[in-house]
Amino acid sequence: MRGIAGREKRYVEVISDTSEDGVVTPLVVVWEDGRRFTIDRVLDRRQAHSLKTGGTGMRYTVSVSGQPTYLWYEGPRWFVEAKAAAMPS
Amino acid sequence: MAHQRVILHVDMNCFYASVEMAEHPELRGLPVIVGGDVEARHGIVLTASYPAKRRGVKTGSALWEARRACPDAIIVPPHYGLYQRYSALARSIYNQYTDLVEPFGLDEAWLDVTHSLHLHGREVMLVAREISERMVSELGVTVSVGVSWNKIFAKFGSDHDKPDGLMVITPDNACRVVWPAPVRDLLYVGPATNRKLASIGIRTIGQLANADDYAIRRLLGKMGGVLQGFARGLDTSPVRTYQPSRGDIVHEVKGVGNGITTPFDVEDPVTARQVIWLMGESVAQRLRAQGLAARTISAFGRDFKTLASHSSQTTLERPTQLTSEICSTAARLLLNEWDFAHGDKLRALGVHASNLEPAQKCVQLDLWGEEERRLDMLQLDRTIDDLRHRFGNHAVRRLSELSDQRLASLNPQRDNVVHPVSFFA
Repeated sequence: MRGIAGREKRYVEVISDTSEDGVVTPLVVVWEDGRRFTIDRVLDRRQAHSLKTGGTGMRYTVSVSGQPTYLWYEGPRWFVEAKAAAMPS
Repeated sequence: MAHQRVILHVDMNCFYASVEMAEHPELRGLPVIVGGDVEARHGIVLTASYPAKRRGVKTGSALWEARRACPDAIIVPPHYGLYQRYSALARSIYNQYTDLVEPFGLDEAWLDVTHSLHLHGREVMLVAREISERMVSELGVTVSVGVSWNKIFAKFGSDHDKPDGLMVITPDNACRVVWPAPVRDLLYVGPATNRKLASIGIRTIGQLANADDYAIRRLLGKMGGVLQGFARGLDTSPVRTYQPSRGDIVHEVKGVGNGITTPFDVEDPVTARQVIWLMGESVAQRLRAQGLAARTISAFGRDFKTLASHSSQTTLERPTQLTSEICSTAARLLLNEWDFAHGDKLRALGVHASNLEPAQKCVQLDLWGEEERRLDMLQLDRTIDDLRHRFGNHAVRRLSELSDQRLASLNPQRDNVVHPVSFFA
């Protein structure tokens, strides 16, 4: 099933850091083609629902190359609201 | 409500359908039906979204009926694991307002905020709205919230303002809001009680509240007094604290059961007995795994034509967790009810064990060796459990499963779905 607003739920590989008290901080998102996106900063962290692709989890608002974007931790997987590939006409 | 309890009842609207829409936003606003597997004949509507309900789709109706009422409905199979996850996430939100959270099924819960309200601004409406908004933003599902000084009226409130509603029932407005409602809207007034009450002219909750106590007791027995207390707002039952150590949403294991809608009609005693043994065996296995023994065994069957269920039960002399005792007792009960001599056919059947107690008790041996024989049987059952645990459920199988292909396809080990525990538990 697809999401809405031209987005789809895509699970991604994430390299993260887990502190002594259990706080998880995502560091790098590894895309399926091998590209690596380093996370500059975590701007916010809260439980939230994804309106565009569905699903719920701990939503991290992260800054990648200065651009804010969302990254969800669904436990034990991570997902993003990826741009959906164009549907064949 | 200064000296009264403050109780919220939170009900997630069209829960299964809402979760499916929260996971698949492309379904939002469409007529969505969550229904059982048509091929395996579990073909009933478990939940329907509001657009489907507006088109006449009713919970519990057959899928073919639903399709006729709403041909463009989108039917999705249930995903119980997902619903349990959302239910647990909802509970974690409730727990941020009070430790007194009593779940009632996966989609409903009572919250007693009497002693924690001062931590949240002392204003119950703010708490109710905040919970409602958080459910939408964090889980993507809407809820209806009822607020009152007792659990019954709180539930009434959440049932009467759907979807995404908020209803407060106070001693000042109860007579105006609750009493004019049909008596069947009261918790535990089912169709049979409703009919009985109607027979003496009681159709509203107010009429029940104001009826003569003696007449009601004579009509409904002890339960009549309880229901009348509910109608008068006199329910004082506490909101029981959730205990995670005892399992997911059950406070206490009251019974262990297993039933199945068979993919074929059961029309002879031999097949009925075999299916009961398959179900009963998994019940006995679960009792042993939990260290429990049951005193009461019941068996139920559902007629293929009328879909009416009949169950019968018996209490044993000694509590048991033996496969052979549970299964043979259940089979006897079922076959007493249905002899299959007049074209009886069953669509669903099952076994339930209740009146539980810890199995680890001293055993009084007898002169005739009966108890020793039971201990030997228990050892055999445990050996089979161990083999299945180590090598999988199919490591040891009943001959009937191997000889009858239809039975081999049944899966008695499937996850038990937890239904609301009784209000009176």
